[in-house]
Amino acid sequence: MSALESAAKSHLSVDALNIERLDLAYRVRGRDLKVLRDVTLRIGPGEAYGLVGESGCGKSTVALAVVRYLPPNGRVLGGTIRVGGQDLLSLGREDLRRLRATTVSMVSQDPARALNPSMRVGEQIAEIFRLRGLAAAEPRENTIAMLESVRIGDPKSVRDRYPHQLSGGMQQRVAIAMALSSNPKLLILDEPTTGLDATVEAEILDLLQALRTERATSILFISHNLSVISRMCDRVGVLYAGALVEEGPTAEVFTDARHPYTVGLIRCLPRQGAHKDHRRLDTIPGLPPSPGDDARGCLFAPRCGLAEERCHADAPAMSELEGRSSRCHFQERAQMLPGNAADGPDAEGVRRAATAPHSAPPILQAIALSKTFGTQRHPIHALHEVSLQLWPGETLGLVGESGSGKSTLARLLLGLVQPDAGGIVELDGKPLPATSRARRPDQLKSVQIVFQNPDSALNRSHSIRRLVGRALSRLGRVPEQTRHTRLLELIRSVKLADRYLNLRPRELSGGLKQRVAIARAFAGDPRIVVCDELTSALDVSVQAAILNLLTDLQLKHNVSYIFISHDLATVRYVSDRIAVLYLGRLMEIGPAERVFSGPHHPYTAALLSAAPLKGEMPSATALPTGCVFHTRCPCKRGPVCEQQPPPLQPGAEPGHEIRCHIPVSELPGRMTKT
Amino acid sequence: MSLYWRLLVRSGPFMTGLLIIVFWGACAVFGHLAVPFDPYEADILSALDPPSGSHWFGTDQLGRDVFSRVVVGARDILEVAPLATVLGVTLGVMLGLVTGYFRGIVDDVVGRIIDALLALPLVIIALLALTALGASSMTVVVVIGFIFAPLVARTVRAAVLSERDLDYVAAATLRNEHTIYILFVEILPNVMGPIVVEATVRLGYAIFVVATLSFVGFGIQPPSPDWGLAVSESYGLINGGIWWPVLFNTLAIASLVIGVNLTADGIRGVVDA
Repeated sequence: MSALESAAKSHLSVDALNIERLDLAYRVRGRDLKVLRDVTLRIGPGEAYGLVGESGCGKSTVALAVVRYLPPNGRVLGGTIRVGGQDLLSLGREDLRRLRATTVSMVSQDPARALNPSMRVGEQIAEIFRLRGLAAAEPRENTIAMLESVRIGDPKSVRDRYPHQLSGGMQQRVAIAMALSSNPKLLILDEPTTGLDATVEAEILDLLQALRTERATSILFISHNLSVISRMCDRVGVLYAGALVEEGPTAEVFTDARHPYTVGLIRCLPRQGAHKDHRRLDTIPGLPPSPGDDARGCLFAPRCGLAEERCHADAPAMSELEGRSSRCHFQERAQMLPGNAADGPDAEGVRRAATAPHSAPPILQAIALSKTFGTQRHPIHALHEVSLQLWPGETLGLVGESGSGKSTLARLLLGLVQPDAGGIVELDGKPLPATSRARRPDQLKSVQIVFQNPDSALNRSHSIRRLVGRALSRLGRVPEQTRHTRLLELIRSVKLADRYLNLRPRELSGGLKQRVAIARAFAGDPRIVVCDELTSALDVSVQAAILNLLTDLQLKHNVSYIFISHDLATVRYVSDRIAVLYLGRLMEIGPAERVFSGPHHPYTAALLSAAPLKGEMPSATALPTGCVFHTRCPCKRGPVCEQQPPPLQPGAEPGHEIRCHIPVSELPGRMTKT
Repeated sequence: MSLYWRLLVRSGPFMTGLLIIVFWGACAVFGHLAVPFDPYEADILSALDPPSGSHWFGTDQLGRDVFSRVVVGARDILEVAPLATVLGVTLGVMLGLVTGYFRGIVDDVVGRIIDALLALPLVIIALLALTALGASSMTVVVVIGFIFAPLVARTVRAAVLSERDLDYVAAATLRNEHTIYILFVEILPNVMGPIVVEATVRLGYAIFVVATLSFVGFGIQPPSPDWGLAVSESYGLINGGIWWPVLFNTLAIASLVIGVNLTADGIRGVVDA
């Protein structure tokens, strides 16, 4: 029997990964902080196992432990890890090297950092063949075969390119090709699609599905994204505070969770068709324990709506019931976890005035806004003649892939970037000066923004008191005497405790920082707040709380939101109307439900169906002629699409418009679930 | 800030360097009270005595006690060099904030001037300027300060460039903050790390330049017991076997420069970490 055959045989019989009772700690300032507690899991041959949990729960630590690549202060306190039958923890340096070269591979979140920027793609893949001792065996052909296997259309040219010459999705394909080049038994995917756009994510997930059936490689798929896991994995494990709290077949876990934490996590997600007017989102109260906190009872008990005395006193063990495992004393009752979401203002389904036909004049109006960056000889067309309106008290969702011009549009409205000649922004029907510097104080305070990344948006050397207080004095014009009272009111209205006032941003968690940013934006009683991807860096339970907060503030102050996000479920939940951008063009705009149900623009359809689009987004320096979407459009009608820019034609109802040559009645619609 | 202190206290180079600086600082301030001889009093009868029980570092050509002169000689250089550094850093920070924040023509012009300055040795430029202005401690401070300003500005500018595009600056513009406020209250605190590192590094250079200028006669003037001056007065005697005035004064200069550089290393390690 050749080596290959014996390898193939062991492939079929031995677990790809077997972790038993793993305890792991990071040593910080002389103390062992436990980050993994009693983790037991196995991944069978050819199985895809998903590991979900919120940030800080230990997901990535599991991945690093499996390749034994922990930081120097990480220590395994007990338990075993077997990869392909080999005891990982007892391996010497050489054996470990061999294991990493032949048995287990890892794909990390950020391909731009995982690939060597100074080596051509082909050389990087060939390096792996060399490590496996296959140098002689035609590295060029092997490399091309690998690139073909990850569905790269033009492998010969990609092989000779450097990573920075490839798009994010291509880079991730190359990273996957590299991981598969060693023909591993176990492939670890650590948030492989988190940094990618929806349509690119769809492509990568499709690719991974196809590779799974081709190669029978076992997969450990780590993600915070429940829908990605449910699409990709056979079984799923839910990690909370370093402990596996639930495990079982994916479909069953997500439809009928047996641990209150899983139940809570799933309920935090905006559900299909749910809207803020009907019901708020459920949240998980409290915070996860910090590493090193050793509670006597169940780790989740302090946040659990079902917790009884017993839960606080003794820690539950993983117990099995009907083929499912859960670390809960009352797993059969988990689904009875009480919800904590309030009803929306229109629980009965009556829509608010904001979405009623707009009789009132719009509060904000963008007229033919264009923005060209770059030089005259090398112009970059970021935005082209976008016109839209915003009515008081409504939320306008702005969707599109990265590079579609969402953020540029937001910055134009705020006056942070100056539009090309001809574009006008009007507030209450009167034109706003193009730059924020030229705007009057009352105009400035009317339009504010909450940025995506609070680490960049909050000055790290200022205290929370100063950050919010300064906004109160500058925008709110609150006099010295009443400022402290107003400050406390404002801080409390975003549900921050008074004691945070003297802290600096880095001492707060991501969700708390974003609340500070929201408080600052609301300091001057704004009428319009731009929310630029403000929940995309947050965990789902935190996101739910922030979305609820935004909804409450909107009701209280009748502000309008421009809500930018790439997460369609979230946009659908918060938006009254939605605008879809592609390559700086407004492709579709209309009431949220209409945009989601169709008939809609072929691009909107592609975004919603999570179906991959063909080709790559053209560069903004060399735009396609005619309709900019024609190069990727699945419904292309012929030369007219290539030659003439399509008109913005009326859609299915008043206020619904679609930029397409195809008559509305023939456009795709009634798409399936997202 | 307290976190930085804790890390600094644990840093070996920083504490060693600080100890050396504090030692020389104490010599500069209290040295004259503790020395065995009057550093200015000549005693021709015991000129050029080698080190002995009464004159630990020997005597110079006028019979003055070298040990006493080395101890008290810390005073002038520790006045001139730090003052020059403070002047250079202050000017440099303002220049760096402005050029980094506004970019544009000012930035281009200052950038080219800095390039030109870097092409010439510091000491040469200082010599030219001092010849024109006349040598005194005050002119040394001003000349070194002005030469350092663009060099400091370059470091500050680089730090400001990565701050100015952060969203907190955009948020400040949306509050209609004055540019001065944005520069000094929003941005400056976030670039303090590189500034402190740059300032310590500059202090090391300043000491070195001041000693060199004194050596060539354009720095601190006689009868100061300044180290550079003392070396220049006595280096010709080495050929005659009189090594002690030169050796102990050069050791003093070297130890102070090393002390400052160790401190700078320590601070850099903490700031960059």
